Amino acid sequence: MAILKDIAAIAKGMSITFGEMFKPTQVENYPDGPGPFKGAKFQERFRGAHVLQRDENGLEKCVACFLCAAACPSNCIYIEAAENTEEHRVSGAERYAKVYDIDYNRCIFCGYCVEACPTDAITHGHGFELASFNASNLVYRKEQMLAPQPAHLGANSIFNQAEVEGGTPSLPAQGA
Amino acid sequence: MPDFLTAYLQSNVTPGEAGSAFWALIYVLIVFAGISVAVMAMNWLERKALAHFQIRLGPMRVGPHGLLQPIADAIKLLTKEDIVPSAADKFVFWLAPLIILCASFTTYIVVPFGRAHAITDLNIGILFMLGVSSLSVLGVVMAGWASNSHYPLLGALRSSAQMVSYEIAMGLAVVSAVLMTSLNPSGTGTLSMIGIVQAQEAQQTWFVFKFFPLGFIALGVFAIAMVAETNRAPFDLPEAESELTAGFHTEYSGLRWSLFMLGEYAAMIAVSSIAVTLWLGGWLRPFPHWLAGQSWDLVFSLFPGLLFLGLAAIAFVGVGRMPKHPYFKIQTAGLAGFGAVLGLIGVVLFIPPVRDRVQDIFWFIAKVAVFMYLYIWYRATFPRYRFDQLMKVGWKVLLPVALGVLLLTAVAGILF
Repeated sequence: MAILKDIAAIAKGMSITFGEMFKPTQVENYPDGPGPFKGAKFQERFRGAHVLQRDENGLEKCVACFLCAAACPSNCIYIEAAENTEEHRVSGAERYAKVYDIDYNRCIFCGYCVEACPTDAITHGHGFELASFNASNLVYRKEQMLAPQPAHLGANSIFNQAEVEGGTPSLPAQGA
Repeated sequence: MPDFLTAYLQSNVTPGEAGSAFWALIYVLIVFAGISVAVMAMNWLERKALAHFQIRLGPMRVGPHGLLQPIADAIKLLTKEDIVPSAADKFVFWLAPLIILCASFTTYIVVPFGRAHAITDLNIGILFMLGVSSLSVLGVVMAGWASNSHYPLLGALRSSAQMVSYEIAMGLAVVSAVLMTSLNPSGTGTLSMIGIVQAQEAQQTWFVFKFFPLGFIALGVFAIAMVAETNRAPFDLPEAESELTAGFHTEYSGLRWSLFMLGEYAAMIAVSSIAVTLWLGGWLRPFPHWLAGQSWDLVFSLFPGLLFLGLAAIAFVGVGRMPKHPYFKIQTAGLAGFGAVLGLIGVVLFIPPVRDRVQDIFWFIAKVAVFMYLYIWYRATFPRYRFDQLMKVGWKVLLPVALGVLLLTAVAGILF
């Protein structure tokens, strides 16, 4: 009978929604979730705030070649280079970046700088909480982007200042 | 307290029957406050349950698991700007939400939460309820017309057509239940809400199982018609947001809008309590005859307390699962306090005099809660009907079915 079929169909539909109710939720409990990202989840390839990596000796990978600044379509990278000396060695090569600023007012997160980098020094991290009430806060300096330790130990904690001061890096570095 | 006030507590009748204006006033206040709290709880529960139906989390930020969300909503609505469109008919615009609110709250005068727990027992109770709740159509039409805007007008027209046509099927289903009350030696039925429940007690069956499947079909017709009557999904055409923005209350904001919501949810609870009273035995506990006797009475009277203790246990499990972070200290403490209050209520409900006084209210509310859950469940499951489909269901399916059930009930009543 048609009506019994209809009732069965309705019952089936309602049982499906009822079953859905007990499934784990698909959304992220973002600001209250566990972990350094507070519950937010990312694709590996997500292009967030930049991380300046260090090599396995703890030296900066950046050799101040300016290729990233040249590749940048929005012209937001500013670098001042300086020579390494025996007493003051910052990077593994001859020169290092004394100043390395990225202006996040202009950055479009295209990833060209990361592609251009010959030493894999600049990478995209997963930092995304960049909002600020003051545009001048959005010019990030080298010290803010630099991985504090060799990359395999984690890097770039600037987005969670409390945890930086507490000594726990919150954002793992990319490509470690 | 003077004797004439305390004397009522010994009796087992409603304040209306006892002629006690004082206790009637107390009951009115309790019912008004209780329904308002129930609407807030329903608001939270709907958002939360609907979210889980859709594999979302729902409110999580205001209080533990969003428990304080209705309060935050209420504060927001109260402090919002109250906009009256310049072209609106000011007086009618002002009056419409009040009519809807009064219509849905007035029906609670006769809702029997227990043998002694109704404000009064009208001998035309069910007629009064249907009549007063029908008045909300007037409020809807007034709101739609007074807004002087296209969407509200269309929403109001749809709504009036829908509510009027579903009222007929609803009324016929109600009549078939009323007909069943006359199946006693004296042969006279009753329209009184308390009388209907007592008839089910006397006939030793809930009317949903009477003349199976006639009572069941009548309840089904009523359950569908009541969803349409309260403008809820899948019959929420008057408020179809994809077509009509918000239907008849598009131009309303702030407090007036919240009055519409309060009225709508109060009406949902009211029609659910009609269904419970007519077919599901009102305040009677489950299996009063199959599981009869002193010991079973005792077991069933422990349910309210156990329910509250269970809720308290859930709250404490939630406390254990809260993130261990200083940010969550206050939330965790709040949830623990909420659990403690629930547990305390549960313990109080075990005290014998309280237990006996409260258990019929508990069973009534438990049955109504099932219908309230069904409302959410329908909303999560079914897509919205088209207007012609809605009318077709109302006039070509529910009306003949209800009429047939009425006739067959009458025949069955004569034969058996």
